[in-house]
Amino acid sequence: MSDINMETENTWCPGCGNFAIEAVTKKGIKKIGRNKTAITAGIGCHAKIIDYVNVNSFYGLHGRPVSLAVGIKLANPELSVLAFSGDGDSLNEGISHLIHAAKRNSDITVVIHQNRNFALTVKQFTASSPKGFVSNSSPEGNVEEPLNTLEVANSAGATFISRSFSGDIEHLQETMEKAVEHKGFSLIEVLQSCPAWYDTNSYYRENSYKMEKVPKNPDKKIREWNYDGEGKIPLGVFKKQEKPTYEEKMARKGKKVSVEEVLKSKI
Amino acid sequence: MEDFQILIGGAAGQGSKSAGRLIARVLNRYGYKIYVYEDYPSLIRGGHNFSLIRVSKDNKRSIKRQVDFLLALNKDTLERHRDKLSGRGCIIYNADEVDEAEGIGAPIETIATEVGKKIMQNTALCAYFCKAVGISEGVMKEVVETLPAPDKNLKVAEKAYQKAEKENDLEDIGDPVPLVTGNEALSLGALEAGLENYFAYPMTPSTSILHFLAGLETECDVQVMQPENEVGVINTALGAAYAGRRSMVGTSGGGFALMAEGVSLAGISETPIVIIESQRAGPASGVPTYNAQSDLNFALNAGHGDFLRFVFTPGDAEEAFYLTNLAMNLSWKYQVPAIVLIDKDISESTFSFDQSVLEKGEYWEESRGECGKHYDRYEDNEFGISPLCYPGKEATVRNNSYEHNEYGTTTEDPDEVVKMQDKRMKKKPLMEEEIERLEMVKVFGEGKKALVTWGSSKMAAKEAGKKAGWKVIQIMSFAPFPEKRFKNALEGVEELVVVEENRLGQAAEIIKRYTEVDRKVLKYDGRPFYEEEILNELN
Repeated sequence: MSDINMETENTWCPGCGNFAIEAVTKKGIKKIGRNKTAITAGIGCHAKIIDYVNVNSFYGLHGRPVSLAVGIKLANPELSVLAFSGDGDSLNEGISHLIHAAKRNSDITVVIHQNRNFALTVKQFTASSPKGFVSNSSPEGNVEEPLNTLEVANSAGATFISRSFSGDIEHLQETMEKAVEHKGFSLIEVLQSCPAWYDTNSYYRENSYKMEKVPKNPDKKIREWNYDGEGKIPLGVFKKQEKPTYEEKMARKGKKVSVEEVLKSKI
Repeated sequence: MEDFQILIGGAAGQGSKSAGRLIARVLNRYGYKIYVYEDYPSLIRGGHNFSLIRVSKDNKRSIKRQVDFLLALNKDTLERHRDKLSGRGCIIYNADEVDEAEGIGAPIETIATEVGKKIMQNTALCAYFCKAVGISEGVMKEVVETLPAPDKNLKVAEKAYQKAEKENDLEDIGDPVPLVTGNEALSLGALEAGLENYFAYPMTPSTSILHFLAGLETECDVQVMQPENEVGVINTALGAAYAGRRSMVGTSGGGFALMAEGVSLAGISETPIVIIESQRAGPASGVPTYNAQSDLNFALNAGHGDFLRFVFTPGDAEEAFYLTNLAMNLSWKYQVPAIVLIDKDISESTFSFDQSVLEKGEYWEESRGECGKHYDRYEDNEFGISPLCYPGKEATVRNNSYEHNEYGTTTEDPDEVVKMQDKRMKKKPLMEEEIERLEMVKVFGEGKKALVTWGSSKMAAKEAGKKAGWKVIQIMSFAPFPEKRFKNALEGVEELVVVEENRLGQAAEIIKRYTEVDRKVLKYDGRPFYEEEILNELN
């Protein structure tokens, strides 16, 4: 199998935003080169992408795709490393890894499949579900307020923050390419409809708009939409900053000293 | 003097540990063999810290209740340990804090403040000891010169040495050897096996591995990372191992609990990894700076699902070197997680290191695939060991936490699920044979009565066994369990006592699968066995 496609049966629901992410990922990987890319995923509907794209991959545990990606990039900085994750995956279970990868500016791209519920476990609320969201674990409506993904990334010091919508494949392709090209930690939140449990297609279409350029004040733009029905939803790149990457700062000197020499210093 | 013990103590922050190191290094130059046990509570200032330094010609590595030299940086130390004196040595105490007492009053604070800094009172106390025990001023100064702020420390040492009285003569009996802690030794063992990346979150008593390897980063070809938590530690390490780096993580029981999901992930994804689990007294926060050997069951069972692992249990610094080296080589050979289960009294204790063990330090090249266009990461073959390829070359490398087919694609097909579990289990007899080939059961002495022990308890058990005329059997691998070698060691044994530091007798329960156990000698107050304690149980 030297082709990017796999023969695996695709089990995503018709109309799922994951199809668009899969399509642009394949296109992007073809450009970079299959053997120069490695991808990771956690557990959830998003993660099935691993079985649909024929490329170096580590299908990890729930919440841990970012950790795996950080390890892969540290071990082999030549690889382009993408971590696919969901809102339940990286904003609930694995949020600490997301925050710290951003903080250390690890040169990876994190793709958040933002469907705003735990879909594979048949509809519970996540950190991104709006207040009042009726689910199997919140039958009377979610009592918690949603977390702003981009604000989390921004306060952690992410050097590239972006948002796109799976319903606009051209914008998604363009934004994803920018995220991967960025040297340093990059986050792309992909708003997507979950046709089975939370159909948001028309809401995003009606309430989102594309930013022309990177805003001067990303903080304000990031807070424009509150994930809870208030404000218009900006799409595009919110922040782009040049900083040395974690891997550059951690580069080894490559000088070998023998164990015998280390022991000599212990006399 | 062929065998004596020094206790040096003070409040945290008074530098009793570094004074202990200084004394150990000076005596090392006279050719004496050293074992240092560190006793300290979990705090930064105050409390009571002490080091017990066992000094012997024949490398005794246990501690005794009786102390020959008591060096007291404060009054508290004097009061706590005065009753342990053997009468063969002497007391040297801080005369600036204690008015009058039996022994040698040393105005160490006055001396330190006059010619150096108050903090250097520990150097002054060492100098008093050096003179009293018969160490030459020249040898003492050679070691003091290597301390931070050497000029002032030298002045303090010289002045204290002048004032002190010589009480003994000390014979120069040989050449110095490296003094290393168990944690340093295991790090070196890993480096010999090609360690490239170390990942850890600080946790006593494993923390000094992180410090030691981070200190070597500029010298050695090793990268040290401190991720956000232990879950991050093991998952990041597995990412690095997947990408081709020999990776190791280190923690204690509490951190290992957080890593358990990663152990299971290493199991199904067949990603090699070395895990250092340095035990301390649990459960939970337990008694964090004191010892226990109570994570044996946990190390053997951590991680959900069926999978294979290695669990090794070193009993001193040389074994820590050898078994960590072996763990790394075997983990990459069989693509299973390898756990080195060590404990605080090896990790943080200092040993005169027998360098002949370096000959056992090896680097085994793992089985590598051709890594051409088509590559099955989980190729099912005769031995169940699929040749490794790493991403970045022509081959597509697909690791998976789900059950998967040979190519690494997720499967729920019943035949495929059975096939892949059987594939991984093909390694079991090979791993068992491998362990039986190696000396994983050590036997000291002979006789119809035997002590069975493991980990740091071996040190006191060995000395006690020698004195009582008992055979001592030490187990160094619990997974796989070296059944044949263990049964050979038991030949002719009529009475069997298991010695370990935990409440349940965890090793004893395992040993009962292979033989009858007559008695258990258990200690679980966080402190190491004294030789006498075991001896009393045998007579």
